[in-house]
Amino acid sequence: MCLAVPGRVLDIGEKDGTRMATVDFGGVQKEVCLEYLPDLRVGEYAIVHVGFALQRLDEESARQTLALFEELGMLQEEFGDPWEQAALQAGADSPWPFADGPYAGEAAARQAATPEEAQEGRQ
Amino acid sequence: MKYIEEFQDPALARRLLDDIHATVTRPWALMEVCGGQTHSIIRHGIDQLLPEQVELIHGPGCPVCVTPLEVIDKALEIASRPDVVFCSFGDMLRVPGTGRDLFQVRSEGGDVRVVYSPLDALRIAQENPGRQVVFFGIGFETTAPPNAMTVHQAKKLGIRNFSLLVSHVRVPPAIEAIMRSPSCRVQGFLAAGHVCSVMGVGEYPELAARHRVPIVVTGFEPLDILEGVRRAVRQLERGEHTVDNAYARAVRPEGNPAALAMLEDVFEVTDRAWRGIGVIPDSGWRLSARYRDFDAEHRFSVSGINTQEPAECRSGEVLQGLLKPHQCEAFGTLCTPRSPLGATMVSSEGACAAYYLYRRLELKTVPAAATTPPQEASTVV
Repeated sequence: MCLAVPGRVLDIGEKDGTRMATVDFGGVQKEVCLEYLPDLRVGEYAIVHVGFALQRLDEESARQTLALFEELGMLQEEFGDPWEQAALQAGADSPWPFADGPYAGEAAARQAATPEEAQEGRQ
Repeated sequence: MKYIEEFQDPALARRLLDDIHATVTRPWALMEVCGGQTHSIIRHGIDQLLPEQVELIHGPGCPVCVTPLEVIDKALEIASRPDVVFCSFGDMLRVPGTGRDLFQVRSEGGDVRVVYSPLDALRIAQENPGRQVVFFGIGFETTAPPNAMTVHQAKKLGIRNFSLLVSHVRVPPAIEAIMRSPSCRVQGFLAAGHVCSVMGVGEYPELAARHRVPIVVTGFEPLDILEGVRRAVRQLERGEHTVDNAYARAVRPEGNPAALAMLEDVFEVTDRAWRGIGVIPDSGWRLSARYRDFDAEHRFSVSGINTQEPAECRSGEVLQGLLKPHQCEAFGTLCTPRSPLGATMVSSEGACAAYYLYRRLELKTVPAAATTPPQEASTVV
């Protein structure tokens, strides 16, 4: 939640006297308040946190950070269904590695996990 | 450097690592303040790529983790009221209070809603004039300005059925508290980039000078973190202790002036309790007198809550860098993401969650009687 996510401004308008924008985050679009970055223009990138643009960012940095956050699963956390995620977290079996106890040698053998496996572990 | 190929620019990563290896002559302990940095470090194995003498200590930079149990319990009590719509960010749903969490409150009939932005909560208040809408305002300096703007908007638009349950925290007093601790081992800080994109770097020079500790403003990408470590180690080896901005593409020295002005208007600095750590002077914000009408704690009577921290949870020590998650006896046994004892295991930015997610059990001391694990996996960092 503390992590802000870079996004690209698609259009700008006004709502309740407040400068607002539609911002694209690697395919997910959200309404974003521009009051803290009023001179942001369509096509520019900014660091956006909980619906507020907080600082400009160059395009290359924005794209790299978006890719990293996607890899870390943070875009899913930010824009996915939180109830679904909470339910998974609350109810999912824990596939690794504690069924055999935390000190099991098997756990060490699995250490070189692929990102896909790590993602499974998270769910 | 087995995993260096995973970096976006492996050649640059190798150059940065070579430079760090060539610079280090003595042991140094650096603290990364931000939980997002912790996850990036663990995911990419950056701590294992660094020279043995450079230790990365995970700091208290997860707002979900440091929200005190008492505040969670107040949230649960308010959310349980039939006249209330309780709005929160999604990562608070499974943070354990005394005995339950917001997820359970909803299953018991509470109207708990997850919003992307605090402005969404304000819209819900506009659409439900007959109900009280409460937004759970937690977070560091990155989250406080959006929440401040939302309260400002509520006042401007005359929306009376909206209030904020406030538990905002500030990073510099936490750094101060860590440095003052007699057991502190931290010699340099990687400051949280996004916090600084709002606040600028103005609060740090005095801290760096007073505690003779380098503070390097650092981003989240693996190369950002390597560069932050490189600059911090270089300062330490030279005996320097200044503030250095290694994340200039997102952090301007003055921060975001409009956000700072709004913070100044809506909030005032106050002492704040940190979960597992205790009260840190001047480490939080509360609504200023002009906006006190929007304070959920004033609007609802939630005093006298009896909180009970699980005795087994050592997240306070983890948050202060005194203990690595895997060194806690409850890690992975009594405490898992499914059944967390503390927020550090359930929060997406928590250090315990990072260790669990990325299977950092190899860091555990393997008992002699256990099956001999592969050589690489028994390495203690």
